[in-house]
Amino acid sequence: MAKATNSLPRTIAAHAILLLYTVIALAPVVVIVINSFKSRNAIFRTPLAPPTAETFDLIGYQTVLGQGDFLLYFQNSFIVTVGSLFLVLLFGAMAAFALAEYRFKGNTLMGLYLALGIMIPIRLGTVAILQLMVASGLVNTLTALILVYTAQGLPLCIFILSEFMKQVSDDLKDAGRIDGLSEYRIFFRLVLPLVRPAMATVAVFTMIPIWNDLWFPLILAPSESTKTITLGAQLFIGQYVTNWNAVLAALSLAILPVLILYVIFSRQLIRGITSGAVK
Amino acid sequence: MKTQALTALLMASSILGSAGMALADTTLTIESWRNDDLSIWQEKLIPAFEAKNPGIKVVFSPSAPTEYNAALNAKLDAGSAGDLITCRPFDASLELYNKGHLADLTSLAGMENFSDVAKSAWTTDDGKASFCVPMASVIHGFIYNKEAFDKLGITPPATEAEFFAALDKIKADGTYVPMAMGTKDLWEAATMGYQNIGPTYWHGEEGRLALIKGEQKLTDAQWVEPFATLAKWKDYLGDGFEAQSYPDSQNLFTLGRAAIYPAGSWEISVFNTQAQFKMGAFPPPVKNAGDTCYISDHNDIGIGLNAKSKNADAAKTFLSWVASPEFATIYANALPGFFSLNSAAVKMEDPLAQEFVSWREKCKPTIRSTYQILSRGTPNLENETWVESANVINGTSTPEAAAKKLQEGLESWYKPAK
Amino acid sequence: MAEETERKRRRWHIAVFLAPAILVYTAIMILPLFGTLQLSLFTADGQSRVFAGLANFRQLFLDPRWSASFWNALGNNVWFFIIHMLVQNPIGILLAALLSSPKLRFSPFYRTAIFIPTILSFVIVGFTWKLILSPLWGVAPNLLDLIGLKSLFVPWLGKEQYALTTLGLISVWQFIGIPMMLIYAALLSIPDEVIEAAECDGITGMAQFWKIKLPLILPSIGIISVLTFVGNFNAFDLIYSAQGALAGPNYSTDILGTFLYRTFFGFQLQTGDPYMGSTIASMMFFIILAGVCLYLFAIQTRLRRYQF
Repeated sequence: MAKATNSLPRTIAAHAILLLYTVIALAPVVVIVINSFKSRNAIFRTPLAPPTAETFDLIGYQTVLGQGDFLLYFQNSFIVTVGSLFLVLLFGAMAAFALAEYRFKGNTLMGLYLALGIMIPIRLGTVAILQLMVASGLVNTLTALILVYTAQGLPLCIFILSEFMKQVSDDLKDAGRIDGLSEYRIFFRLVLPLVRPAMATVAVFTMIPIWNDLWFPLILAPSESTKTITLGAQLFIGQYVTNWNAVLAALSLAILPVLILYVIFSRQLIRGITSGAVK
Repeated sequence: MKTQALTALLMASSILGSAGMALADTTLTIESWRNDDLSIWQEKLIPAFEAKNPGIKVVFSPSAPTEYNAALNAKLDAGSAGDLITCRPFDASLELYNKGHLADLTSLAGMENFSDVAKSAWTTDDGKASFCVPMASVIHGFIYNKEAFDKLGITPPATEAEFFAALDKIKADGTYVPMAMGTKDLWEAATMGYQNIGPTYWHGEEGRLALIKGEQKLTDAQWVEPFATLAKWKDYLGDGFEAQSYPDSQNLFTLGRAAIYPAGSWEISVFNTQAQFKMGAFPPPVKNAGDTCYISDHNDIGIGLNAKSKNADAAKTFLSWVASPEFATIYANALPGFFSLNSAAVKMEDPLAQEFVSWREKCKPTIRSTYQILSRGTPNLENETWVESANVINGTSTPEAAAKKLQEGLESWYKPAK
Repeated sequence: MAEETERKRRRWHIAVFLAPAILVYTAIMILPLFGTLQLSLFTADGQSRVFAGLANFRQLFLDPRWSASFWNALGNNVWFFIIHMLVQNPIGILLAALLSSPKLRFSPFYRTAIFIPTILSFVIVGFTWKLILSPLWGVAPNLLDLIGLKSLFVPWLGKEQYALTTLGLISVWQFIGIPMMLIYAALLSIPDEVIEAAECDGITGMAQFWKIKLPLILPSIGIISVLTFVGNFNAFDLIYSAQGALAGPNYSTDILGTFLYRTFFGFQLQTGDPYMGSTIASMMFFIILAGVCLYLFAIQTRLRRYQF
């Protein structure tokens, strides 16, 4: 089984390219994080050096943590992201299945209708959305954010998932139908597990913009108890724009939770992606 | 089923939401872009007010300056904005008043503490109605590093020739970047540059009003000259000033690497905490010794009442307090560099702030030329001035071309009343 | 009879499957959005709103100032898209191809690391790169100095000729994880039998990639291209957080998103103009719609033939 693809020079070249790109991807983040632990003068004098005993300084973190409840912000972000992610995936997969599986009048039209949302930034509907939330008393609740993000995430989710669902073999579903499974069971038991890799991908795509959004938290839920971490960090960057210790600390604090979350979930994500491939 | 659950969820949370509202006695929320002032409001201003007015709670809820206008407008349109609105000067607030978002405060108790000039930024064109309580103005000038000046034997320049001689001397010495300013954020070039030195050339109010009346044009010599002077600044700015942002400039100066900082007085409180050296200030230099000097003393910040506020009475109590000399004293001292517009004299402790405010006696004050009336249309004169000022300093546009572009843009929609 | 009821029952499923998504989507996204888009046919008359037909569109295209701004933004946007298609997607495919080779060690590490920029918010990315490219802080000049190329340092974000390209590359840096992941998933889902058959025919290495794998992942590349297109023509946040709403220097980084934001919501002394703003939004909508339709009807149907 010795394959030409695994010859040594090729492997080295592959590692070299991947390593180079890894450095490019990580260096900026590393620079921010190491400098957040340094004193102000050291930040400017030797930006690339790691903190040493003399330059080590936590003043930035003290400033930031003394001013805002980052733990609460983090919790809010987490609830909003997970809540909307769940709804997007559930509703999206159901709709995508309907579009991919059944021939019915207006199928294509419905597909186009659901894809419209990808083409206009939802930000434009801000005023009407805000009015809706004011009318239903949802301003300054996390529910408002979850609803908006669900609506925002659905079009892309349906768009991608229906592509994948079309590839699920008909034989399997027909076999299920002959066994007397209801359509719901076919969807939940047979089809959903098969499109798991696609679901994982969609989950990541949906999650990132939700976690990072600044606009809707600012408009719909700016109160102290519903602030998300991105909004919190942005306010700090604005507030201490000249105090780079605080800015770097706020940036690091906004980066680290996502990073940890991602490293934990990336295993699941990759397992999801690869599980579909193991045939 | 799913939709039922959703509706139930919607209803449940709306009940919870409104239940939460009904609790406290009266809570006033202030919308503001001054997130820098959060701690001053929380620690000094609000406690001082609440101590005198039991039963009224105040929450200061700032958003970042860049998003403030857009976020505020959306919230006002939808009816979810706070009770008190921090007012930008002139047209942005006038627009809110015309749309019925801001209440008329002409007869508010305490408004008599302000002169017509102080109120001008928040008054209708006919001068009949005022809609925001003036809070503070800011003055432009130059802040310098005293240690650097002493070391190089430079005294604060009074004329333009002295100003450039000083810059040359600092440049020749090489220890310091002569002037800390960047063009990346555009507004620095316009606000700290054009509007800072400009009034000297167009003679402050005289030129500004003539421009509004249509008697002068932006292509006239007195309006092009400030651009020509700005173009000369290029050689004295730091390396890569094209990509130097506002905080970069601030840090460049407060780290002691630059000698002169074209400033607005609002910098004073920030610089006081960050700079490790002594600072001084001088007003924009005049052309010839003995000329009248002009300063930009610009009404910058006011506070108004959301017309749809459910707590209008409490909010008016608060606004009357903002109009009082007591507020003026706390505010001006907590934020040196934001000068009270109150007619009552305010005693300030900060020496740098005293220096800035002392220019009011020897120089003629004016406000920024683009703020009143002239930025109502599209293309927006203020925004265009930002872009063109940066272009002139970058050397990508000549003073004449920049002025011509501004004048053409203005003429395209502005017809002065003849 | 039985067939009849069968069909009826099936119809109900369709409705149940579609209903939640359509309800939420229509109520919270489509209705507000079309509420806004229809404003493009109106204009303000004092404080009231009057129907104006296509006057706003006429102004956008025939008024020299508006049309200059619009074409400038559109041109910049096209260049922004080209950078992504030429840099982001090929590199993403390359990285995915390298990662998917079965015996590569550390591949989970690479995969995780390369995806990290994608999870960062625009606020962080914009600010981080501004700091790194800042002439004052000097991480970039210092780095160039290390390899003896300090003279190559240019204040990129402040120069008209470089700023947009620099921002395009920053955006590529941020989003490369997305094409990488999608292609990676597609490569992994190529059946082993196909690869084995190719190897039996003596097609290995690069040839195998070009001849066997690439045609098989074309549909995924198609999806990525259309996602990139939609994403780029809706882009806004990065430029806004790095260069501000005026997209300087001298509007050289102004794309449709920033142009729209400035017009719709206003900026500084400029008050928002929802009518012209909606007109620009409608144009963006038509441009993206055209692109997506081109993909759906012209490209996707052709790509289908390769699928297994």
